[in-house]
Amino acid sequence: MRTNEIFMAIKTDFPEARQEEETGAVIIPKESLLKITQYLKNHRLAFDNLHCITAIDRAERVELAYTLYSISEHHGITLKIYLTAGEENVASLAELWKSANWLEREVYDLFGVIFLNHPDLRRILNPYDWKGHPLRKSYSHPEVSIKPRL
Amino acid sequence: MAVTERIPASKLIQRIPGGGVFLTTSENIFKWGKASSLWPMTFGLACCAIEMIATGASRFDIDRFGAGVFRASPRQCDVMIIAGTICVKMNDCIQRLYAQMPEPKYVIAMGNCAISGGIFYYDTYSVTKGTDSLGIPVDVFIPGCPPRPENLLFGLMKLQEKIRNEKDADK
Amino acid sequence: MNTSQTKDICTEEFLINMGPQHPSTHGVLSLELKLDGEMIRDCTAHIGYLHRSMEKLAENRTYTQFIPYTDRLDYVASMNNNMGYVMAVEKLLNLEISDRAKYIRVIAAELNRIASHLIAIGTFAQDLGAFATPLFYCFREREKIIDIFDQICGNRLTYNYMRIGGVQFDLPKGIDEKIKKFIKYMRSKVDDYDWLLTYNTIFLARSKHIGLLPKDLAINYSVSGPNLRASGVKWDLRKDEPYLVYEKLEFDIPVGENGDSWDRYKVRLEEIRQSLKIVEQALGALPEGDPTVKIGRIHKPSPSEIYLRTENPRGELGFFIISDGSAYPYRLKIRSPSFSNLAVLPELVKGLKIADIVCILGSLDILMGETDR
Repeated sequence: MRTNEIFMAIKTDFPEARQEEETGAVIIPKESLLKITQYLKNHRLAFDNLHCITAIDRAERVELAYTLYSISEHHGITLKIYLTAGEENVASLAELWKSANWLEREVYDLFGVIFLNHPDLRRILNPYDWKGHPLRKSYSHPEVSIKPRL
Repeated sequence: MAVTERIPASKLIQRIPGGGVFLTTSENIFKWGKASSLWPMTFGLACCAIEMIATGASRFDIDRFGAGVFRASPRQCDVMIIAGTICVKMNDCIQRLYAQMPEPKYVIAMGNCAISGGIFYYDTYSVTKGTDSLGIPVDVFIPGCPPRPENLLFGLMKLQEKIRNEKDADK
Repeated sequence: MNTSQTKDICTEEFLINMGPQHPSTHGVLSLELKLDGEMIRDCTAHIGYLHRSMEKLAENRTYTQFIPYTDRLDYVASMNNNMGYVMAVEKLLNLEISDRAKYIRVIAAELNRIASHLIAIGTFAQDLGAFATPLFYCFREREKIIDIFDQICGNRLTYNYMRIGGVQFDLPKGIDEKIKKFIKYMRSKVDDYDWLLTYNTIFLARSKHIGLLPKDLAINYSVSGPNLRASGVKWDLRKDEPYLVYEKLEFDIPVGENGDSWDRYKVRLEEIRQSLKIVEQALGALPEGDPTVKIGRIHKPSPSEIYLRTENPRGELGFFIISDGSAYPYRLKIRSPSFSNLAVLPELVKGLKIADIVCILGSLDILMGETDR
C-alpha cells in the first residue's frame, strides 16, 4: 500500500491523525500513540516490524519518528509525535514490538525522552552515571574540542 | 593487582659461576629471548583489530617475529596492542587490563585513535584522546587509519629493537 | 529423575561477567550472565563500550566530510556503509548518478559482502573450537578481495571510495581480469568450506538446534539480514525494494529452515555464492562512461528529511537524514543492523550452556562499531 492509502486508513478510524506535508509522515498526538500502534499492528495493515525510533531536537519541541514496516504486506510508514519542551514523555511500545526496548533506551540516553511503562529504562550507550543527554542541541561537555566550521 | 615485586634478571644470572664476562652476554641473550617471544593480548577495540587479526593470519604471519601467540588473558601477555578507538566507557577496563599484565610489559598504540583520538578528536564527547591520557606509557606508536599490517610488523620490530637496547637490566 | 531431586541439585545462582575484553565477544561487548551451574538463567548485554558519538559528529561535518566516518561504522563492510550513506544523501539532493557508477557500486558492495561473510564464517568456526584453520583460510581468501580494493581505491579496510554523485575513481585497467580470476578461485574455495565445515560432525553438533530464532520473534525484534533469512523469512532489500541495478541482475535469496546457528552460517555461505554470481553479471554488463563526480563538494539540500535503507552484510542499514538548508545535516540517525540483531541475544541463550553463547554470538555476527556507533 502507498503511504497515502495507509494514512487514509488511519484517518478513518483516528480523525486526530494528520499528515506532514513535506515528508508524508503521519503526525499523531501522544495520547493516542498506543491506540494507533495497536491498530497498525493488529489491523490488516499488519505492521509487524518497528524498524527504527528517532528523535529530533527542534529547540521548542522534540519530535519522535517511528519507522514502521510490514514484512508481510511490503509497505512502510513513519509516525511522528511532537513533544513540547518540558513534557518529554510518551508511552512505551515495548509491549507491542520487542525491538522498541533497546531503541527507546537509546532515545532516552541521547535525548532524555521518558518512556512510560518501559520495562528497563536505563542508559544504553553512555555510561550509567553519565550526566546530560548528548544529542540535545543545548548539550555541552567540557572536554569537547570544537572543530571550526568551513 | 599489579605484580610489583620482581626478581632482577641479573641476580638470577650472577649465580652462574664465571662472573662478569658472562653477565653481559647472558643479559643480551635474555633480552634477545624477551624480544623474540612477545605474547600479545587478544584485545581488539575497533577497526584496527581487524588489521591486527589480518596480521596474525597466514599472509602476514606475525608468528615469524615470535609474536603470534595471542593470549586472551592479560596475565599471560607481554605486549598490549591497543587497536582502536578508546571510549570513555572503556577507560577503566583498559587501565585494569594494563595493571593485570605481569612485568615486563609493553604497549603498542596502533592507529590514530589510540595515539590521539584520530578522526574522533574533534566534536566527540565520548572518545578518550589517546592512550597517554589514561596514564598508560606507550612504547611504540603506529600511525595510520588503520595502519597496514606491514606497519604493525614494523612497529613490532621497533619494539624488539627497543627491548634489545634496554639499559636497565632489571626490566 | 523427578522434579524434587532436580531442585535439590540446583546450585546457587552465580553472576559472571563476560567481556568487554573477551576473545569471543567480537569486540567490546559485555555480557552479564546469571548462571545456575553452567546453565544460563539470565543474560544482560551491556553495550556502548565503542560509542564514538557518530551522530553528534555528523551534525558538525558537511555531507561529504562524513563519508569517511561511515567507513568506521561497520568496519569490515566499509563499501556497503559508504554506499548506504551516499545514496541517502543523493536521495536528499535528488541526484542521479551515471550507470557505470551504479554498476561499480554494486561490484564493490558485493565483493565487500563476500569479505564480510568470510570474516563471519572464519570467526564463527574459530569460536566453535576449530582453532585457526578456518579463520586462516577465510583470511587468505579475504586478502584477495582486499588486494582488489587496494588497487581500486588504495586502502585495505577503510575505503572511502563512494562519493556523493558517483565514485572516487574509475576502475583501474586490468581489474576486471583480476576479479574474474578471483570469482573462479572463490567458487572452488566455497566448495572447500562446505567440505571442511558445513557437514562436519563436530560442527553440526555444536551449532545445529542451538539458538533457535523463530520467524515471529525475529520480525518482532526487527532482526534483519542473514539472521532474518535464516529464520525462514524471504526478505532481502536487494529484491524487495531494489536499488541501484539489482533488479537487472539475477540472483537467489538463500533462506534457512529452523533459524538455528547452523542455518545462519549456511545462509552466509550461500550468500557468498550469490554475490559471486552478482559480481560476475555486473562485470559483464558494465557500461562505458565516467563514474566520477562532476559536481562540487559542498551540498546544501533544501530543508527536508529522508530515510533510506540498504542491505548490508549484517542486515538493513538505514540513514535518517534531516537537513535544514545548510551544508551540515541537522540530524543524522544511523539505524544499524547489529544493534537490533544483538537485542535478541538474551532471548536465545536462556537455558543453554555458556559455550553456546559463544556459538550464538558468532552466528549472529554482530559488530560493535555499528552497534554502539
